[in-house]
Amino acid sequence: MRITQLSVFVENKPGRLALPCRLLAQSGINIVTLSLADTQRFGILRLIVRDWTKAKEALERGGFAVNVTEVLAVEVADRPGGLAELLDVIERAGVNVEYMYAFATKLGDKAVLVFRFDKPDEAVKALADSGMNVLSEVELFSRMEGT
Amino acid sequence: MTPTTTSLKALSTAPFHPASSPDYVPREHLRRLQSQRLRDTVRRAYDRVGWYRQRMDQRELKPDRIRTVEDLALLPLTVKSDLRENYPFGLFAATMGQIVRLHASAGTTGKPIVVAYTRNDLDAWTEIMVRVLACCGIQPGDVIQNAFGYGLFAGGLGFHYGGEALGATVIPISGAHTDRQIAVMKDFGVSAICSTPSDFLHIIDRAEEMGVDLRKLALRVGVFGAEPWTEALRTRIEEAAGIKAYDIYGLSEMIGPGVAAECHVQQGLHLFEDHFYPEIIDPETRQPLPDGQEGELVLTTLGKEAMPLIRFRTRDITAILPEPCPCGRTLRRIRRITHGGDEMFVYRGMNVFPSQIEAALVAVEGTLPRYQIVLSRDKGVDQVELRVEVTPAVFSDRVSALEGLEEKIARQIENSVGIRAHVSLVEPHTIPRTEGRAKRVVDQRQL
Repeated sequence: MRITQLSVFVENKPGRLALPCRLLAQSGINIVTLSLADTQRFGILRLIVRDWTKAKEALERGGFAVNVTEVLAVEVADRPGGLAELLDVIERAGVNVEYMYAFATKLGDKAVLVFRFDKPDEAVKALADSGMNVLSEVELFSRMEGT
Repeated sequence: MTPTTTSLKALSTAPFHPASSPDYVPREHLRRLQSQRLRDTVRRAYDRVGWYRQRMDQRELKPDRIRTVEDLALLPLTVKSDLRENYPFGLFAATMGQIVRLHASAGTTGKPIVVAYTRNDLDAWTEIMVRVLACCGIQPGDVIQNAFGYGLFAGGLGFHYGGEALGATVIPISGAHTDRQIAVMKDFGVSAICSTPSDFLHIIDRAEEMGVDLRKLALRVGVFGAEPWTEALRTRIEEAAGIKAYDIYGLSEMIGPGVAAECHVQQGLHLFEDHFYPEIIDPETRQPLPDGQEGELVLTTLGKEAMPLIRFRTRDITAILPEPCPCGRTLRRIRRITHGGDEMFVYRGMNVFPSQIEAALVAVEGTLPRYQIVLSRDKGVDQVELRVEVTPAVFSDRVSALEGLEEKIARQIENSVGIRAHVSLVEPHTIPRTEGRAKRVVDQRQL
């Protein structure tokens, strides 16, 4: 059920973001989706890629600090209120969203959001009980092939 | 000789190595030898180095006046800038025909300091390094991974020749390349490592990431130096690697590594007094202090041909420990130097040592990341920024965790050191490394 996400520490300085992207490009790794959380001084670049071990190696060889986290990819109906319904389910289950971001492309008529929950097991259960689809890595990547 | 506790593999007591005999000579014999070598050194410096001759003439001092080590205080002190001003060869007491090697300091500020060695100097250095390694429990047959830098920096070659002369197997791997260090350590059955403490901490952290348990390897001894380190780091290193970690002390100006080393008792470093005569002075009044009192270490070379140094101010703060050591060596010990004297900085009127900041970092992170202290001045008020490299161990995907880490470090420093530092996490490998002593403090204040 979990998707592997890589996080990279980048200083908040001009040009710092280009370097990790270039390292991935040189290793022939395509970024499936990403988000940048930034503060005044530093940023955390969060990445979803197909071959995360290869990507991690390339980034570490380039001298970056890389963190591996498991996140959930959840399908959301692409209509007004789609996300609100999902968040209601999460809230009722007593789970907190630590951060979230959206997939760059839609899969069919659904949007896909990436979540980091404080209690991922409980989140998965609550979402499944409400009939929402949490995508596995295989499912996610095979669906992406189709788009 | 009772071995102190730590892991079982560190417990084997080293057999006596014949090269260590000078470590055990009766003190009165040592005294006579020191005085005799001092007379030769002063005579040589006076006869061959214009700079020494001038300074002695100004004080109407003739070399004959210096008869014993008690007379040493009559001679003027030498400071680091004297060496810079005589760059490159001004203090040499031998001709290029007699000099067979040059080393130089990294020269982070201004000109580097060049140090010369005759054939005899190199042989003496090697003999001292054999004694250093034996003092740290390394024996013939040990496999030494020498992770000190090879090059102008004297660390690498000093340990190299010492290790070979001891009869150990030396792997001249030099510094950096942490993954390769770990692979070699495992595959070559390394039993002893020589490195800077911070390089070895990187090895510990990386080994943990790679799932390599250093405690299960053949490694049993670490000899660490070239930068000051603390007891907290010793505990961390000994526990994580299952080794005995020994502190050594040296200065490129004197010889390189090999001025002093710990024995298995690990309470102070035996100073190789037959080659370097130690004094402790009050750094303010410059008056010699008795054994046991804390002050600045001043060293005089006894026997160096190419570049004798007389009463060189090391700027390192320590004390001579007069009590005899349980290991039986008669060489006096100096107390462990936990901070470079020249790295102390004054912040809003307070004396602060990088080692205090370091202790706070270790307390928060459990290990020592690379760091740098940057001092600046904003509207006449001192500001201190602490830059800390992010390590995989502390890096998190959550902004709050990283901001929390910065705050936690700042709070720890405020509580233990009493200053408010602005903590910034920076990318790995962005704090400049210099060979030998790390440059921990950058002062951008225009005073």
